[in-house]
Amino acid sequence: MSILTFTLILLLGAYLAGLAGSLTGLGGGVVVIPLLTLGFNIDIRYAIGAALVASIATSSGSASAYVKEGITNMRLGMFLEIATTIGAVIGAAIAIYMPTNAIAVIFGLVLIFSAAMTMRKKHDKTDVIGSVAARKLKLNSSYPTNDGIVHYQLKNVVGGFSIMSLAGVLSGLLGIGSGALKVLAMDSAMRVPFKVSTTTSNFMIGVTAAASAVVYLQRGYIEPGIAFPVIIGVLCGAITGTKLLRRMNVKLLRLIFSIAITIVALNMMYNGFNNKF
Amino acid sequence: MALIINSKMMVKDLSNRILGDRDLQKIIGTLLRIGVISASIIALIGGVIYLSVHGLESMPDYSKFHSEPAIYTTFTGIINGVFSLNARGIMQFGVVVLIMTPVVRIICSLFSFAIEKDRMYVVITFIVLCVILFSMFTGVKI
Repeated sequence: MSILTFTLILLLGAYLAGLAGSLTGLGGGVVVIPLLTLGFNIDIRYAIGAALVASIATSSGSASAYVKEGITNMRLGMFLEIATTIGAVIGAAIAIYMPTNAIAVIFGLVLIFSAAMTMRKKHDKTDVIGSVAARKLKLNSSYPTNDGIVHYQLKNVVGGFSIMSLAGVLSGLLGIGSGALKVLAMDSAMRVPFKVSTTTSNFMIGVTAAASAVVYLQRGYIEPGIAFPVIIGVLCGAITGTKLLRRMNVKLLRLIFSIAITIVALNMMYNGFNNKF
Repeated sequence: MALIINSKMMVKDLSNRILGDRDLQKIIGTLLRIGVISASIIALIGGVIYLSVHGLESMPDYSKFHSEPAIYTTFTGIINGVFSLNARGIMQFGVVVLIMTPVVRIICSLFSFAIEKDRMYVVITFIVLCVILFSMFTGVKI
């Protein structure tokens, strides 16, 4: 295959990955890894490098809009980034000793968990009484809705911080944003309203991914010939996805993508167990 | 440099009115957008040169991992690549701009919390910045 053909096919694949990631809410990076390893037979280490930069691109691109609308809780994001960045550095350190087949199996598990998370019901608990720690850390905030400003309080800061550390480790190890775990930490543990937790998680993914991307760049995991079509493709796919989400009800599409991603994840795990990586 | 000028402007602004959270969020939002757009444009320029020069060659074997050479893994290597108009070097520089976007965002937040005189969050932001700088300068080599 010539470089031109490879780049064009990869560009199209990355576009679809960005679209799927955006419609399911999984993020652009996560779909890139199976695309590159299973679809193009590329070494998982190059795939991790490309997925990391794709995560930064989609996170920064979409976060810019939400930050401007004032939905993102910047203090909450910054506080929890202590957990995710330290976790990401630890994850990148563990990755040296972790066999690539084990990484593939863990990746499959995280992917299935993430797909399941997108299917769960979303309802915000109202009248949450915030904890002392949340008040002292100034994490309670408000966000604009069509019916006016909604104020909210948070609890279980320690629990949320712990899950965030794990999210950081996985993000550093696998090169993904691990948005699903971030949302779990904020929604389920800290009772952050859904809209705030998704946008804040998205906002945090760029910083978390950057913490391990600087390591992977120096380790030679980021191959420009792969990263370039992946960045452009995933970014364009994510933009299309966001536009589709605004215009139509994507419930069915989301279900189809989640099932497809689960099958892909099982495939990754199967190959991992058979030492194919 | 641009950041320093920017923060001076903000301080000047502060003397007239209190610079609200919303204004800072708008600045950070714009910054993220500029970072992503410029990174994509740089990578695209490098990519177009790369494809026009090497497009018809057969693709390299990516199925086996062999670490990239130093010209694509060190900052000086990548910058040298850009100045010698090395297509792959330019593409990799686009990647570097992309990775630096969230880092610059943190530096920007650091200034904004400092202007708000929120000491606790200046410290928190500084810790996050240190973690990233640690991983950047050590490369986490064990």
